[in-house]
Amino acid sequence: MWFLPVAIIVFTIIVAFPLSKYMTKIMEGKYRAPGIVRWIEERLDTGEQDWKQYTIALLVFNTALFIYGYVILSLQPWMPLNPLHRGLLSPTTIFMTAISFMTNTNLQHYSGDQHFSNFSQIFFCIANFFLSAAVGLCALTGIIRLFRGQKKIGNFFVDMWRVVVYIFLPVAFVVSLVFVQQGMPMTYRSAYQVNTLEPTAMGATDSGQAKQQTIVVGPLAAFVPQKMLGTNGGGFYGMNSAHPMENPTALTNFFTTFAMMIFPFCLVLMYGRMLGRFRHALVIFAVMLVMFIGTIVWAIGFDTLRPNPGLTAHPDARTYTIADANAPGGKRLLALPAVAGLPVDQHLGNLEGKEMRFGTSAGATFAAITVDVTCGAVNAEHDSLTPMASVSPMVGMWLNCIFGGKGVGMINMLLFLVIGIFIAGQMVGRTPEYLGRKIGGREMKLAMIALLVHPIMILMPTGIFAATTWGSGATSNPGPHGFSQMLYQFSSASANNGSAFDGLGVTYGFYNNTSPAPEAKQWDIATGLVMLFSRFLPIIAPIALAAGLGMKKVAPFGPGTLRDDTLTFAFLLGGTVIIIGALLFLPVAALGPLAEHWGPFPFGG
Amino acid sequence: MGTSSITEIGQKPVPPSEKLRRAKRQALLAPGLTGPALKQAFVMLRPEIQWKNPVMFVVEIGAFLTLLFVIQAALGHSASIVPITYFIALDVWLWLTVLFANFATALAEARGKAQAESLRRTRRETVARRLRGNAIEEISSTELKVGDLIAVEAGQVIPGDGEIVEGIASVDESAITGESAPVIRESGGDRSGVTGGTKVLSDRIVVRITAGAGESFLDRMIGLVEGAIRQRTPNEIALTLVLSAFTLIFLIVVVPLWPMALNAETYMTSYLGLTQRLRSLGTDVPTLVALLVCLIPTTIGALLAAIGIAGMDRALQANIIAKSGKAVEVAGDIDIVLLDKTGTITEGNRRATQFLPVEGYTAQQVGQLAAIASAADETPEGKSIVSIFESQSEAAVRVPQGAKFIAFSASTRMSGVDLPGGRQIRKGAADAIANFVRDQGGRAPADLSPLVDGIASRGATPLVVADGAKTVGVVVLEDILKPAMKERFDRLRKMGLRTVMITGDNPLTAATIAKQAGVDDFLAQATPEAKLAYIRKEQADGKLVAMMGDGTNDAPALAQADVAMAMNAGTQAAKEAGNMVDLDSDPTKLIEVVEIGKQLLMTRGSLTTFSIANDVAKYFAIIPALFAGTLPWLKTMDIMHLHSPTSAILSAVIFNAIIIPLLIPVALKGVKYVPLGADALLRKNLLIWGLGGVIVPFIGIKLIDLVMVGMHLAA
Repeated sequence: MWFLPVAIIVFTIIVAFPLSKYMTKIMEGKYRAPGIVRWIEERLDTGEQDWKQYTIALLVFNTALFIYGYVILSLQPWMPLNPLHRGLLSPTTIFMTAISFMTNTNLQHYSGDQHFSNFSQIFFCIANFFLSAAVGLCALTGIIRLFRGQKKIGNFFVDMWRVVVYIFLPVAFVVSLVFVQQGMPMTYRSAYQVNTLEPTAMGATDSGQAKQQTIVVGPLAAFVPQKMLGTNGGGFYGMNSAHPMENPTALTNFFTTFAMMIFPFCLVLMYGRMLGRFRHALVIFAVMLVMFIGTIVWAIGFDTLRPNPGLTAHPDARTYTIADANAPGGKRLLALPAVAGLPVDQHLGNLEGKEMRFGTSAGATFAAITVDVTCGAVNAEHDSLTPMASVSPMVGMWLNCIFGGKGVGMINMLLFLVIGIFIAGQMVGRTPEYLGRKIGGREMKLAMIALLVHPIMILMPTGIFAATTWGSGATSNPGPHGFSQMLYQFSSASANNGSAFDGLGVTYGFYNNTSPAPEAKQWDIATGLVMLFSRFLPIIAPIALAAGLGMKKVAPFGPGTLRDDTLTFAFLLGGTVIIIGALLFLPVAALGPLAEHWGPFPFGG
Repeated sequence: MGTSSITEIGQKPVPPSEKLRRAKRQALLAPGLTGPALKQAFVMLRPEIQWKNPVMFVVEIGAFLTLLFVIQAALGHSASIVPITYFIALDVWLWLTVLFANFATALAEARGKAQAESLRRTRRETVARRLRGNAIEEISSTELKVGDLIAVEAGQVIPGDGEIVEGIASVDESAITGESAPVIRESGGDRSGVTGGTKVLSDRIVVRITAGAGESFLDRMIGLVEGAIRQRTPNEIALTLVLSAFTLIFLIVVVPLWPMALNAETYMTSYLGLTQRLRSLGTDVPTLVALLVCLIPTTIGALLAAIGIAGMDRALQANIIAKSGKAVEVAGDIDIVLLDKTGTITEGNRRATQFLPVEGYTAQQVGQLAAIASAADETPEGKSIVSIFESQSEAAVRVPQGAKFIAFSASTRMSGVDLPGGRQIRKGAADAIANFVRDQGGRAPADLSPLVDGIASRGATPLVVADGAKTVGVVVLEDILKPAMKERFDRLRKMGLRTVMITGDNPLTAATIAKQAGVDDFLAQATPEAKLAYIRKEQADGKLVAMMGDGTNDAPALAQADVAMAMNAGTQAAKEAGNMVDLDSDPTKLIEVVEIGKQLLMTRGSLTTFSIANDVAKYFAIIPALFAGTLPWLKTMDIMHLHSPTSAILSAVIFNAIIIPLLIPVALKGVKYVPLGADALLRKNLLIWGLGGVIVPFIGIKLIDLVMVGMHLAA
């Protein structure tokens, strides 16, 4: 039960220390690349850039990535490696998907095994897995260099090359070897046609012959490692990491989980190493780790350690008074009868939507981790988590800084840090300063802009969709559970997470689909725009913030200076994250999962 | 004469100094101030004034919006599920919230204005006697121009700010400082500055006017006190920005709640199979306004202006005039304090402490000879020799008739007396006396040299005494540390500041005194250039430097320092160069300025933290109330067990409003600064204002709810 999460966390921390040292060396340029690789790197080097040039390069690169993705997907029917003749996706889905993969979100309004050819899987998905993940890492590196007071912060394209070629590729290769050994497919074939053991399993043709099953395969061992390492999370199959070929064994599950955590863990340490403030980084790491463990324990506690409330008995009848002006006396009584439990053995907890081959707590553990590090791969159905357990992944996305995605998680934490220092740090009687530099009006303006984006992008669209048929027409359950589905979708989009609660009718399918989900277009466009804004504003604003802060004079450290490497500071930082997070999202948490948990209809019953 | 004048002043019915002192020590809520402040609180409701405080402006809009709903309900068109009394109560408390905030600002402004007013009363029109060649013409002080030469005699009021160009006088500066002891002002030195409105008690001086009418120090002071109300410091601007952003964030949180609540209503209506729509407070606009007002940082938004004004006010109470609020704020960040040795760390001058004889003489003889040699010496050192001898031997120094005094000169570097019998007694620097003794045909005794070196090496100054050709002994002159300086430096160190002593002494002497006084570092043989270079060097390392100075030669360093406090007694140049002026001319005032600066930031930080931490409890009161009509099971969240949804919302709004006046004293007095070191201080304040800020409203809201139930006001 607890062995799996403990083992994963301990193992990742052990690997993170040396790996973060290696990453620091690479990003500092302290290496000598072999012949041809160095030749390419030198061609990429367009010279040192200041923060504006670096940011523009980042945006230009992403624009190119979006156009590339849109073109690749639009040409799918005419591209090779498509023996199953996958057609053209709906334009809104292409728009949404191109953004989704470019922004490292990988929210999928399509199903990989039904809608993508292997060409798209390789040239769209895998390409984005490497490149979009590297963008966030580069942004963080740029910010670190700005914090160090550098005016010229290196070259964006060289940084991309370093991240992809020297960091991602070698690690992905090692992980893929483990996966291949564990039986993950690695082939250019698109599908196997097989006879099922039970002849009638797939039905029969008109002539009475048993139908064959089509098992979709592809270069999974190349696909999955970077899907996880880059905290991308876009599944090869619609079932994502719950699928037996995308995640064949308990061991691959272990490494899959490890792979999505390792870089976010490393980046915090790399931040400390590159700044020469390792102890400070350790304090941030500790704050993140405590929240990380908290979300896992919460998920396991409410999902694995408790029975499915939909199946258990509710022995007491309950009565609620509801104010209703139209009812006699202005009040209406709602009586809920006692419910008898179903004769089900529930000692293993809530098993709905779980893959038991990974272990009993694997689903809950994975659910918490995948949102904390904004990966978004899933190995269990989040829609089927108990309502209270589903708070855990939502909190992970709302805070978006419990390690968080490639680079951006750390950047988000820096925003909370700057705000916390500005507000509470003044209580030591000095103008607030971070890294010895005074935090002024400009810094706060940028920090608040970056902070504002996330709640706007989650709450506004959720409100609009909740009140209209765009939302109610798409949810699979009414009431609080349906609300959770919408809330989760926008949270996932805004956090650039990409996991789905599921249950929403958001898949349009191919362009020639005769019966698409009625609200799919609205969801495509809305989530697409949310992902776009929530990705780039919180990257650009902090870079500008770091640029301004980095240019300021460094005040020497003295006994009157706020120390950023102590337990007190850890409480300040943790408190800031939790209080601001709670203030932003407690109302929606109450309307969704909490109302469902305390209400009479578990799972929207 | 001087003394009698002082007594006279003390006997006058209400001298200006008394008025000022009274104004400075107003009780926090003196009735004279609360009245006008209350009135002003209503005046400030005008949108174009309220607009300057974005947080409270949002509350005002909310209160106005709620008023519309009240009117709608009064006209019988209400579509709400709650009675009109709820709307009225809500609206009253929303308006009260705005009024409380305005009252806090108005009260702080009133205190500032009262001070300005009392200062203005001291600035009365006086007659100036302008020198025209040798003639004197009488003009009004309002007609004075820069450069005019004015003669002021005993009993007359100095008509404008200026510098003494001729004469020495004792001046009563109580109108400015509130301190009734007269001070000496004289031409030439670093004590040449005089202020308009002060009174010459003795002698006659000629003053060159340095500030024209309307630009005098007093005018500027009044302007600053009043200006404090409007000028915002950089940190305050940044904080206002953050508070506005938080207001926007909570708007984003609250606005979508309406459609979300609608979603819940639609669902429950169909769940219960009702034909008519079920309504909850979640779609009730005034209730959402109440939620918004509770969430946005109204506490700090209401008190922010008051905190800033009160900070300037505290500086003024300490008799410090800051040229801007920014200077006070920066004082909190100071890393290094430069202090002049003389007058700051040590008593003004060196004093004799010991008489050490050489072979063949006694200490008594050394003392006697030294005292005779100094009998006519008017320097403080000379006087101290006489006084210490007299107190040790309990006898007066008798100088024979016809003795001729030889004054100290820079070329001889000794002074003394030629007695009628031809005896020549001299005291002076060791080498000067050695030359003198040799000229007289004598020789320096063998034990003199080690004695002199010994005294010099412990930081004291040896003064050798010779009687003709014979060397008698040595007088030890020592710097006398001011009392309690060590404690003050310890306090500065605990505050995280480094103290640096500036002195013209040689490094050896400087090191000794620095050690005795407990300063962290010293700058010996300091020239104005060396001071400037030192400040620049420290600033290049990112440090903020505070300095106190009074002389014209301090001006460049003062201009360079981040916080530069000029003494009011100092020269005009020093006052121009500094960014604050200490009216008491007390060099240790820097400590108070630093504390005021720190207090200012701490108070802002504490109340902001408190304000935001408060929101947690308000959620637990309001969220269950909002959805009591649709999702009654959210009652589980209501851990305070409040009486009803409407009482819960009203309790939260009332708590949110009354916490403002309750915290006005904190805003005006400031959070007490204790030099514990940053970490301990942060821990302490996080516990009080952070954790306290989370817990207090739970208790407060519950109490208000209980009171409302007790008074049968809760529905």
